[in-house]
Amino acid sequence: MSALPANDPRLKSPLPLEIHDLTVAYTKRPVLYGIDLEVPQGSIVGVVGPNGAGKSTLIRAIMGLLPVASGWVEVFGEPFKEAVTRVGYVPQRESVDWDFPVNALDVVLMGRYGRLGPFKRPNKSDKNIAMACLEKVKMAPFAKRQISNLSGGQQQRVFLARALAQESDLYLMDEPFVGVDAATETAIIEILRELQSQGKTLIVVHHDLTTAPDYFDRILLLNMRVVAYGNTKDVFTFENLQNAYGGRLSILSEVALSRARKKAEGDTPEDLLR
Amino acid sequence: MRELLPHAVSNGRKQRLAFSIFGILTASTIAHATKIGEISETSWTEQALDFVSLEQPVVRTAVLGTLLIGFCCGVLGSFLVVRKLSLLGDTLSHAVLPGVALGFLWNASKDPWAIFIGATAAGILGVALVGWIKQTTHLKEDSAMGMVLAGFYGLGICMTTMIQNMAMGNKSGLDKFFFGQAAAFSSGDIQLLGIISILTVVLVLLFYKEFLAISFDTGFAQAIGMPVQVLHYALMALLTFAVVVSLQAVGVVLVSALLITPAAAAFLLTDRMHWMLILAAGFGMLSGVLGAFISYLSNNLPTGPLIVLGATLIFVLALFFGPRHGFLTKTLRRKRQRQRIALENTLKSVFYLCENSDFERREFVVAELAVERNSNLPTTEREICNLVKADMAEWIVDSNTPSMSGQTRFRLSKEGWYRACEIVRNHRLWELYLTNAASYESDHVHDDAEEIEHLIGESIVKRLEDRLENPIHDPHGRLIPRRDQVIA
Repeated sequence: MSALPANDPRLKSPLPLEIHDLTVAYTKRPVLYGIDLEVPQGSIVGVVGPNGAGKSTLIRAIMGLLPVASGWVEVFGEPFKEAVTRVGYVPQRESVDWDFPVNALDVVLMGRYGRLGPFKRPNKSDKNIAMACLEKVKMAPFAKRQISNLSGGQQQRVFLARALAQESDLYLMDEPFVGVDAATETAIIEILRELQSQGKTLIVVHHDLTTAPDYFDRILLLNMRVVAYGNTKDVFTFENLQNAYGGRLSILSEVALSRARKKAEGDTPEDLLR
Repeated sequence: MRELLPHAVSNGRKQRLAFSIFGILTASTIAHATKIGEISETSWTEQALDFVSLEQPVVRTAVLGTLLIGFCCGVLGSFLVVRKLSLLGDTLSHAVLPGVALGFLWNASKDPWAIFIGATAAGILGVALVGWIKQTTHLKEDSAMGMVLAGFYGLGICMTTMIQNMAMGNKSGLDKFFFGQAAAFSSGDIQLLGIISILTVVLVLLFYKEFLAISFDTGFAQAIGMPVQVLHYALMALLTFAVVVSLQAVGVVLVSALLITPAAAAFLLTDRMHWMLILAAGFGMLSGVLGAFISYLSNNLPTGPLIVLGATLIFVLALFFGPRHGFLTKTLRRKRQRQRIALENTLKSVFYLCENSDFERREFVVAELAVERNSNLPTTEREICNLVKADMAEWIVDSNTPSMSGQTRFRLSKEGWYRACEIVRNHRLWELYLTNAASYESDHVHDDAEEIEHLIGESIVKRLEDRLENPIHDPHGRLIPRRDQVIA
């Protein structure tokens, strides 16, 4: 006696991303509290919130780059480590040194490394895939260019091409629109839509409130906890935005801060409640 | 006077004391930093031949040793340089010192393996401490490295001093870790070096893409499932090995130079990681052999510092003569560009002369061009000479005209006309583009076009033509010469 109707998607395949009660606290700074999130396949989710709201932390926590205090993350029904080849990642552009001695093609080829596994070198077909990805972001003529000789927008496109080369089903993108020119922004959003039309799922950290409703069909308003999550038209309301940006969470952030401090000093969170 | 005397005496004594301490220090440094081979009366050419023939075993071990050290340090140092961890080389070389002392204490001899194990343990402990400080405090990596460096070094000095004050047998070898002594490679040292070199080659080849990924973008490497911490510590372990085996050749202070300098020189010369590794390995080996060679030729210069000087020389050469970023190369390139622009400006003026004659005349005299170029006769003549040298013009020798009167005639070659048309075309297309597409006033565009005409290439010209729909006239109503225009 199944309680689920026959057309329920959960019977067919697990969700691309499911987060349950995820809490992340650095010793230096508390960040995320009790995050619940279910992302259906084929959606573009914009992660929006003020500075320090934990947007990047959420992305990094999903990938297991940060120690998680409690809760769990599942990617396609598995822990992240098991599904690692199904997840593509676009880090923030400032996270790397662009003077590094590699050219654009080298960077995009790194997108293939995850699939190659240890001891294997990228072969001809990997190079072809990487070139095709550069082509897709209109960067093929710059394949042999050392990466410091690219503009900010071009560098961002190279990062996007690297993620495309991962040929994943779920993409996590950390501020792909920061510091890019209008042409690049349009190019990127076109590629995101194309990925969506192929049934891929995208989670995109975004800082620009004015474009967010145009770009994403779902929005996660984040400020240390989920302020609102759902279809863009339901979430993108004045009240929700004010909740996310208006600083009404001062008590939560204060408690969170002192909790993290106490924890670093060895006290358990329960001590705080006394 | 009497009151002053004791003071003066004590002053003199102090000076003498300082002097003798200085003398002992200098003498001991020179004594420790021994050169390869014995002092001989032979000439330096014979010495050089002797070295190159590799007949003496001591030369062979020194060359082999310095080659292997240069190789390991070059390859592994490259990863430090691209990861902005250059100070880590220094940290490692100083941090291993307590381990060296412990290894020495273990069986009271300079058993290379005991020292190697002790030093490696200390080095890795140092690196781990840096990582731990960085992770648990607000301190940045550079402060952590500086502290670990000094702390371990202090401990190391105390321990080695204690050992030297102890009544023990063979303790003479310990000092070479401070100053380096390439001449003193034992067969055990060479064996160890060989093993480390092979390990370096094998690991870097096997895990090249992993090392590349964690060096460029650690977060991404972790996100695609690479064991970043394991790889990082594997690299650090290799580095520690390299530092430990290099230590006795060049000494604590100079090891980091061997790690950084060849890699930095390679970084200036290439922008691909694998080329950087190859170049740095080559530079490391070259400076190693260079140091050993010069040390052998000169009778009392120490090998370690000479190796480092060799590496520094290579770096300076790369800095000045590097094909892309070298100072001299850049200056030369700029000079060549200036010459090209001057040439093109002369050609353009000749074109204007031709245009002013309604494309009737093909031959002109120097004086005409001087007026057109707003210049004097000698300068103009020199400019035409440059054109002639570049096969773009020729003098028309005519016995009737007296020389030096500015009446010497010349004409452009086919190549010269072609270039002249091209330049005028670039100029006028750009003017038209600025007025049409960028809405400049037509009297504002000339100066900008004067610069751009020398810079735009064929593909941009093609795009300009397409955009302007193959125009015939420029904004001032003058003809834009066609690509296939034949004037000559």
